[in-house]
Amino acid sequence: MRIEANLWALKQTTFRQHATRFVLGGAVTVAAGLIARRWGPVIGGLFLAFPAIFPASATLIESHEMQRKRQIGRDGRRRGREAAALDALGASLGAVGLLAFAVALWRLLPKLSSWMALGLAVVAWAMVSGMLWVVRKRS
Amino acid sequence: MEELVLRFLIGGAVISAFALLGDVLRPKSFAGLFGAAPSIALATVGMTIARHGKEYAATEARSMVLGAIAFCVYAYIVSQALVRYKRSTMTMTLGLMPVWLGVSLGLCWILLR
Repeated sequence: MRIEANLWALKQTTFRQHATRFVLGGAVTVAAGLIARRWGPVIGGLFLAFPAIFPASATLIESHEMQRKRQIGRDGRRRGREAAALDALGASLGAVGLLAFAVALWRLLPKLSSWMALGLAVVAWAMVSGMLWVVRKRS
Repeated sequence: MEELVLRFLIGGAVISAFALLGDVLRPKSFAGLFGAAPSIALATVGMTIARHGKEYAATEARSMVLGAIAFCVYAYIVSQALVRYKRSTMTMTLGLMPVWLGVSLGLCWILLR
């Protein structure tokens, strides 16, 4: 299956939806910092993997699918839920990549320069998530 | 205060950027990968290292491993629940959020206390 970029999806998202995600993302990042400050890095670190934007993104996907189906006169609720479920399944694979990112950062930070460790951790995330997605598509 | 404002702006920008990627990419299962991108970590690790040092950031990353396991469990349960139950995505994703919190804190209590 080919990976494509559908720029039309950007037009479907309103300024308010973009702003909501920005504020939500900023707020979660601040909250993660405050939690680490109050309870220390062991508890604070958990929130680096908080599903910050996932609920908003999945909800947006559902509403876009419903909108598309309604344009052709159909009730798109079921299709919307199915699209969001696919997105959630992808996120569960992406979370394994997130795990690879965290392991790489944890192990490499004490040994390498910060930027090198961060760069390699991003590579680990991209490779693990991408490979899992390919394996799942082929099976 | 300055640090919190900076965190807010960087966090908002990085998380929005990953969300935009998730919006435009197809198929949906591939776009979903970006729903679990390390966006909060990317937005904050640099600042954490500058303020507290690499050892502190590495300790956070070790806990992040557990948070990521919890995310995987949470997202998988959401995907199954959306197929089986006729509830809206908003209700499911927010209603099942305690799964993430419970699994991550439970693992932390078992493995890191």
